[in-house]
Amino acid sequence: MIEFTLWDIIRNLLLAARWTILLSAVAFVGGTAVGLLILFMRISKRRWVQRFAEYYIGLFQGTPLLMQLFLLFFGLPLLGLRIEPWTAAVLGLTLCASAFLAEIWRGGVQAVPVGQWDAGSSLGLHYLKQLRLIILPQAFAMTRAPTVGFLVQLIKSTALTSIIGFEELVRTSNAINNATFEPFKVYGFVALIYFALCFPLTRYAKILELRALKH
Amino acid sequence: MGYVLDFGWLGDAVSLIASGAAMTLFLIAVSAVAGIVLSVLGAAGRRSRHAWLRHAIASYVELIRNTPFLVQLFFIFFGLPSLGIRLDPVAAAILAMTLNMTAYTTEIVGAGLDAVPKGQREAALALGLRPRLVFIKIVLPQALKVIYPALTSQIVIMMLESAVVSQIAVRELTYEADLLQARTFRAFETYFIITLVYLAMSIGLRRLLVASGNRFLSGGVS
Repeated sequence: MIEFTLWDIIRNLLLAARWTILLSAVAFVGGTAVGLLILFMRISKRRWVQRFAEYYIGLFQGTPLLMQLFLLFFGLPLLGLRIEPWTAAVLGLTLCASAFLAEIWRGGVQAVPVGQWDAGSSLGLHYLKQLRLIILPQAFAMTRAPTVGFLVQLIKSTALTSIIGFEELVRTSNAINNATFEPFKVYGFVALIYFALCFPLTRYAKILELRALKH
Repeated sequence: MGYVLDFGWLGDAVSLIASGAAMTLFLIAVSAVAGIVLSVLGAAGRRSRHAWLRHAIASYVELIRNTPFLVQLFFIFFGLPSLGIRLDPVAAAILAMTLNMTAYTTEIVGAGLDAVPKGQREAALALGLRPRLVFIKIVLPQALKVIYPALTSQIVIMMLESAVVSQIAVRELTYEADLLQARTFRAFETYFIITLVYLAMSIGLRRLLVASGNRFLSGGVS
């Protein structure tokens, strides 16, 4: 049997945490891109486009992320795509993040007074320019706190990708635990690492929220 | 290629899916009730005169809200036995779900308590009600009415998150799905059906909570 010192445990967990961070970052960037697309559809003037986005958001918010990951992991190979846990994890978290982010930002867009749209059109700006120059900057400014709050949720959600076999923090901790039989210590450290990642962001979200209230 | 979807196994699986769904509903029912009762205490404690109590509850809330539910579950189920606390899977799942739920709802209930105008308390005290009665009869009902939608969302979120407790072999919906797909070799179809069941359950649960909230709150408050 291999001896694991405390330092070995911590070092391996920290190395695995890099994958958690990378996955969170990629999913957040991907979720932002897809989420913008969903946002445009959600605030579109065409009823059926709006409906589609509504159902898309409802689907991802109304089913467990674990099921979404399983469906991608087992479903994409049926379409003939070779899929690794990493691909399923990135795709699943990206799609899920896009739904949540689109819904958060929609709240922002709706909170922008109608007069701002009118002012935009009276200046002769067309729809996309109104969005880009007038509406979206205000909407994003208003929803900064919930967006950061969602990033925290996303980081925590990456833990689920361990179940479809992606080697991130939790999966590594399971392996270490199986070798050391020290679950209290191992999962305790894992919790601390997640806390160290999430707590500063939670704090930042709180500060943004207070700042927004002052205005 | 040419994979053909096959749902032929579904007929035999209905009773398993139903028992899994029942377990999921049982878990969320118990942890929602326990979580809300505890969070009323937690929110009240967070506004207490004792600084140590306020700090203890604040730390608990931050610790739970900044770590994944899966890790909390593993810590409770695998970690606590080394302290001599050994729980069976269902008890561990309920404990983990309740602790997780309480951290979020403590914040929600707290926001509700703060939203009740101070004059309500003062008026009740001036009428000679004892402080405890003021809290239970005057402040809490008004707070609950304000936060009811947020509580509803939190309960639905927790139900969806409970899929994770399949990992410690609690026989709920996801665990039954894992068993089914291992037996039928129809992983995609199995998870597809189970996803639909979850979707129906989350829509149904939300409707039920909203309907009962309308009934119970309008009767209870005004």
